[in-house]
Amino acid sequence: MKLLRYFRVAVDSIASHKMRSGLTMLGIVIGVAAVLTILGIGRGASANILSEVSSQGTTRLTVSPGSVSSDGVAGAGGSVQTLTMGDVAILSNPDLHSDVTQVVPQYGGNTQLVAGSNNTQIRMTGTTAAYADVHNLKLAEGRFLTEDEISQRSSVIVIGTTVATDLFGRPQVVGESVRINGEPFTVVGVLKKSGNAEFGSNDNSGFIPIGVAQGRIFDAPRYRGEYTVTSISADAASEERVDAAERQIEQTLRLRHGLAADDDNDFTISTQASLLETINTITSTLTLLLGSIAAISLLVGGIGIMNIMLVSVTERTKEIGLRKALGAHNSDVLLQFLIESLVLTLLGGLIGIGISYGVALLVQSIPNFNFSLLIENDALAMALGVSAGCGLLFGLYPAIRATQLDPIEALRYE
Amino acid sequence: MTTSSALIDMQNATKIYQMGETNVLALNNVSLSIAQGEYIAIIGTSGSGKSTLMNIIGLLDRPTDGVYRIRGQNAGDLTDSQLADLRNKEIGFVFQQFNLLARASAWRQAELPLFYANVSRSESRRRALDALAQVGLAERADHKPEELSGGQQQRVAIARALVNRPSLLLADEPTGALDTQTGEEVMALFEKLHQEGLTLVIVTHDREIAERARRVLTMRDGAIISDTRQAAAQTIELPPASQAAANGRFNGLSQPALTPLPQPGAIAKVEEDIYETA
Ligand SMILES: Nc1ncnc2c1ncn2[C@@H]1O[C@H](COP(=O)(O)OP(=O)(O)O)[C@@H](O)[C@H]1O
Ligand SMILES: [Mg+2]
Repeated sequence: MKLLRYFRVAVDSIASHKMRSGLTMLGIVIGVAAVLTILGIGRGASANILSEVSSQGTTRLTVSPGSVSSDGVAGAGGSVQTLTMGDVAILSNPDLHSDVTQVVPQYGGNTQLVAGSNNTQIRMTGTTAAYADVHNLKLAEGRFLTEDEISQRSSVIVIGTTVATDLFGRPQVVGESVRINGEPFTVVGVLKKSGNAEFGSNDNSGFIPIGVAQGRIFDAPRYRGEYTVTSISADAASEERVDAAERQIEQTLRLRHGLAADDDNDFTISTQASLLETINTITSTLTLLLGSIAAISLLVGGIGIMNIMLVSVTERTKEIGLRKALGAHNSDVLLQFLIESLVLTLLGGLIGIGISYGVALLVQSIPNFNFSLLIENDALAMALGVSAGCGLLFGLYPAIRATQLDPIEALRYE
Repeated sequence: MTTSSALIDMQNATKIYQMGETNVLALNNVSLSIAQGEYIAIIGTSGSGKSTLMNIIGLLDRPTDGVYRIRGQNAGDLTDSQLADLRNKEIGFVFQQFNLLARASAWRQAELPLFYANVSRSESRRRALDALAQVGLAERADHKPEELSGGQQQRVAIARALVNRPSLLLADEPTGALDTQTGEEVMALFEKLHQEGLTLVIVTHDREIAERARRVLTMRDGAIISDTRQAAAQTIELPPASQAAANGRFNGLSQPALTPLPQPGAIAKVEEDIYETA
């Protein structure tokens, strides 16, 4: 096969200019390695966050106060907080909301927790018993808050592992007593350490009955005589019913808040599905941005190839003249130079792939680094395709230049 | 000589090189016909246009003006691809400068025309080695130009010109870089191939070599000023040592048949043409 013979000529030529070939390839090597590494980090991070989010359940809806304008910025509209325990009570009516199975109010804030001479700042959430179910909380020890404790406003608390170790130096602390604003609370449960991601972690949180949080701890403001909440979580009957549940909740809240037909919502409903979508958009935009910066380095590498191939054609003018004098067709000369540049870029691409795998291994070996670099087949195919494309594209002009040389002029060239 | 039977037919060929403002008239209205199987020597002072003429005959260059036909085909009408095929299959060209590839071994150099003739790898290697053996370089097949003497490099170039078994061999001062003995051996090889039907055109400075040809063209200032046919060529007797060497190194090649000496008048005419002052 004739193509294979040009291949041999190309390899001979590359091997006889090792230094120059190496420097030429460097552009492609760095470009391919950069693109693959950035793409891999983007995909690794996004896969990690997505699995974290979906592990928290995909049927959950979250209602928060205030509106979100169409461009995604939270509106300053309602300075008065209108989401209340009264809303929660209505939403909990299954006859009006057939697709909503559970409704959980939350009232949260930051507060200090004290045990003996130790103290720690935590995220404290007042909520109800169903919270654990809706948010997929797992307990390492003890149990979550009970219905009785909620209604009796008991002084009990469930804490994350970080809180436990900060205060007591150990995670097994059920039965111990902690103080909030000087008031003692009994620890009834300790949460399992959340996944390795920071995203959505409850390790530095505490949970107490909602009435206690709104009353004694935070003294929550009231709206129309009812305690306000910082957010409401709800669970839809199934993943397919999330949209229906969202409409039912929206309808009830609009009616209850007395909004006219052309008023904006004074609350925002977000779903896990929309959160997943948002995260996907953010990570892929970021990856695209960084990837295109890396792609520019590939382009620069390609132009480097063209430069060197042009030098190579000039340097070998005499050789081209000789080959033509001995019977080389224009197509022979064209193929010789095209294949030489193709071999250069493919070799560069392969080395670049090797380097990005090396980086991936390195990243994996970093302790406490929470995601791995994902190099997928399509990225590999793209890297090789782009390398080969660079070779053909940037080798074409020098190769055409070579074919246009007149044999005797070329032979005379010094 | 009729045009149709001629291998090469040149009518009023002119070659002008443009050097900035000035024009160099390298070939001035040359008409020349060469038949299949001729043995021609071209002599003339340096700069008289010998190489220019050879390049045009060898399809490496085109005349600025005039018509050049090879086997009846007008070279000006041929495509790049047809020219490449003719250079590859019909013509063997030995360049004045050897024009070897700097980094290729001798057999790879000799193989080059076969690469473009689509001959298989094993076949082309065998033929390249055969051609090297013909010029007495079988032992040097794997040597690169830098490892070869000037004479050996010239012989690699000759092997390369012969490897595709051309019907027309154009040699521009093929013995210039060779010592007398090797020069003789190369000439003996050429003459053997000529007797087997090869058309031979040799540019030379060496009178003795010119005298062996059947036809001598003398050039001056881009024109052919004499075209002499010799009744028959002389064969110069080799000293016994080189004869033995030639037989051994040239694959048992036989000496050309002894032929009558050239007429003294013809030689005198040639000398006159070359050395006469303008
Ligand atoms: N590429 C060129 N450009 C300009 N002038 C040239 C070129 N090649 C040859 N010449 C000129 O053409 C004339 C003939 O050259 P050439 O055919 O090489 O002569 P020879 O081979 O007989 O020594 C010379 O005057 C030479 O200087
Ligand atoms: Mg010359």
